[in-house]
Amino acid sequence: MDQFTFIFDILLPALMQGLVITLQLIVCSAPFGLVLGIGVAAGRQYGGPILSRICKMFVLLIKGTPLLLLLFILYFGLPSIGITLTAFTAAVIGFILCNGAYNSEYIRGALLSIKDGQMIAAQALGMTRAQAIRNVILPQALRRAIPGLSNEFIYLIKYSSLAYMITVVELSGAGKNVATKYFIYTETFMVVGIVYLVLVTITTVAVSILEKHVSVPGTSRSTSAAQM
Amino acid sequence: MNSNNIVLRVEDIHKSFGDKEVLRGISFDVVKGETKVFIGPSGTGKSTLLRCINQLTIPDRGRVWLDDEEITNSGTRINYFRQKIGMVFQNYYLFDHLTALKNVELALLKVRGMNKEEAREKALTELRQVGLEDWADHYPAELSGGQAQRVSIARALAMDPEVILFDEPTSALDPELTREVLEVMKRLAQQGMTMLVVTHEMGFACSVATEILFMENGVVAERGTPDLLTHDPQFTRMKNFIGQFNSYRGG
Ligand SMILES: Nc1ncnc2c1ncn2[C@@H]1O[C@H](COP(=O)(O)OP(=O)(O)OP(=O)(O)O)[C@@H](O)[C@H]1O
Ligand SMILES: [Mg+2]
Repeated sequence: MDQFTFIFDILLPALMQGLVITLQLIVCSAPFGLVLGIGVAAGRQYGGPILSRICKMFVLLIKGTPLLLLLFILYFGLPSIGITLTAFTAAVIGFILCNGAYNSEYIRGALLSIKDGQMIAAQALGMTRAQAIRNVILPQALRRAIPGLSNEFIYLIKYSSLAYMITVVELSGAGKNVATKYFIYTETFMVVGIVYLVLVTITTVAVSILEKHVSVPGTSRSTSAAQM
Repeated sequence: MNSNNIVLRVEDIHKSFGDKEVLRGISFDVVKGETKVFIGPSGTGKSTLLRCINQLTIPDRGRVWLDDEEITNSGTRINYFRQKIGMVFQNYYLFDHLTALKNVELALLKVRGMNKEEAREKALTELRQVGLEDWADHYPAELSGGQAQRVSIARALAMDPEVILFDEPTSALDPELTREVLEVMKRLAQQGMTMLVVTHEMGFACSVATEILFMENGVVAERGTPDLLTHDPQFTRMKNFIGQFNSYRGG
């Protein structure tokens, strides 16, 4: 079997299946990771003393736990207390928790950078704090958090490969299976690497388009984006 | 509304930050259509006083009424009162991510629950009031300070307030832009808007104010009509302050 046949007839079809799983993992995790990040950041910043402490603890806990360990707990550990998850679900939950915790840090930083006057002006018009956060503070903070959030999204693309460790055959796992079956490691993992690189490149381009799209005219951010 | 046409009543407001007593018992009534001007040295509590009126700062003691309804201790109804009490800030505080039009629209949509067409119509009307209809689609970062301040006045006007609080609305502006903002305010006063204005613009104060209140060390030290102030020799402290201020500005 020549290299050409291996790559096109065996490797790529197998990787395609893995890629679909990887994309499913990402699509199922990222939106909830974003929502969780917003919730935790807002809870920390605007919640009462109890809620903000809970949010802080959550972030610390997730930051302090290796993601692999978290996945092991969710998949192998939870059944012992009667909760059995499919491998895919366990992976998605793990990714949401991890992604959400780190997202919340970027969003919190962005919330802190919004001047008090924005909240004061909103409240002076009769908005509740919740209305002000939703309509005035978050739209500005999320724009500022885009670089950090996109970074975190790129991490997610790559750490989704850890799902293989709890039996989800995603992109890396599919590559690994092919490689061990045919004893062809270098080519296989190079191709797998290229697929990740393509995913990351697409993300990067999409983010810069998004950033341009939501940039506010007249601000330094919009002019620097225009120069890029 | 009561027989005296009193829109706003402020009674014995006290406020401390830590052990620093900033407001030490301030009382006054505001009659409909009146423009009260507050002057006084920096740090004397003028901004704190305005914020105590719409409860952005909660006073330690004292009460505030709007149209005979108590604002202080009004719970969640405060959001209703805040609609009725417009506020304009030294640094405009426009919502940076929204166009001039959307700045004016936002509270109409979210607080007053207007539909899109109504809100847009109303917002455009208010922008026309301050001469900025043509700038409706510009963002705050694209506006001059004077334009930004006029948008913030339009934003306050849109809620149909009974009274507007101005906290040094022109202090961040150079003289040219100061004039365009003061002209808008003067016109509002002529149209019968009730206003409380903290300012250092004595020209404006003397021509528009129904009463000038001189604040010092957390109390109203002297008060009177502009006419009285300029002719009555008893108002020494306020004259002193204005004199110093003018010579500082002139020099
Ligand atoms: N949130 C706060 N926490 C602590 N101290 C405050 C707070 N707000 C105001 N102060 C203090 O209260 C005093 C009065 O402040 P305020 O801003 O009301 O004065 P002002 O008369 O508006 O002065 P200026 O002319 O400089 O605007 C100042 O000493 C200020 O440092
Ligand atoms: Mg002040």
